[in-house]
Amino acid sequence: MSEAESELVQSITTPLRLEYQYTAGVASTRFLRGMADGKILGQRCPQCEKVYVPPRGSCARCGVATDLEVQVPGTGTITTFCVVRIPSDSLDIDPPFVAAHILLDGADIPFFALIQECHFDEVRMGMRVEAVWVDAEDLGPTFESIRYFRPIDEPDAPFESYKEHL
Amino acid sequence: MASGDGGLLSASHIVEYPYRRSTGPVMGRFFAALRDRRFEGVKTARGRVLVPPTEYDPQTGEAADEMVPVGPGGVVTTWAWVSHPRAKHPLNHPFAWALIQLDGADTAMLHAVDTGVESAMQTGMRVTPRWRAQTVGSINDVACFEPEGTS
Repeated sequence: MSEAESELVQSITTPLRLEYQYTAGVASTRFLRGMADGKILGQRCPQCEKVYVPPRGSCARCGVATDLEVQVPGTGTITTFCVVRIPSDSLDIDPPFVAAHILLDGADIPFFALIQECHFDEVRMGMRVEAVWVDAEDLGPTFESIRYFRPIDEPDAPFESYKEHL
Repeated sequence: MASGDGGLLSASHIVEYPYRRSTGPVMGRFFAALRDRRFEGVKTARGRVLVPPTEYDPQTGEAADEMVPVGPGGVVTTWAWVSHPRAKHPLNHPFAWALIQLDGADTAMLHAVDTGVESAMQTGMRVTPRWRAQTVGSINDVACFEPEGTS
């Protein structure tokens, strides 16, 4: 066996690429257009009165359309979080950083967002935070109109106030 | 996201996984042989030659590691014509996906066959590989197969 023959191929790259055309639908389109206006829009279920942010157009619990639009503020509570220590090519942020579930005031569904402007060790459940938006001229129909959330100088929310949203 | 005022927002969404897979000792030999413009299969304890090779006999589960040369020519055992090749296909003009049983092999392997026209494709036809100018140790070192005697 020659030297070239004996040299095994150790690995091969098998990249996978999926190209989708994503159409947001009525509810998500309303939400994303709100983002372009610097507003956070949700929808209230007419039966259970839960507020979905972002809205999906229907209530998963009641199975009815959620056609009541509500605006919620950019302030909320961290219900749970994780410290990310693994870098990713698709993120232009250096670890460690915190991804948190944030329950906006008046909303009944938390969503994931980045926490900045505080040390990752200081993040805790119940911490009060606010949205930091991009500059007005950079607002667009995308969740990226909110750069991240940062702590605000308020006492932590009591566990009872968000325990059903964990 | 882009659309006219009032319409639904729509945007392209691309998901990419840049996988790198370890080949192991048997597939590693197979790919190394392709780099040298040769085909190798694995001979099982029962004497069957599997191409592409596997580390185990799929029928008995016994380890298989005896590599044997096969090809380079082979026979088309079945095929499907692709009238409109897609971006990632190996050829940018109409071609056939075919199962090709290389000489000396007991199994057939999927690859492209370039006959130009569908009417030139035939089950049982003999084909030979068209190698790329540069080989790296990949199944794509074979650009495609072509009817025997083409070049």
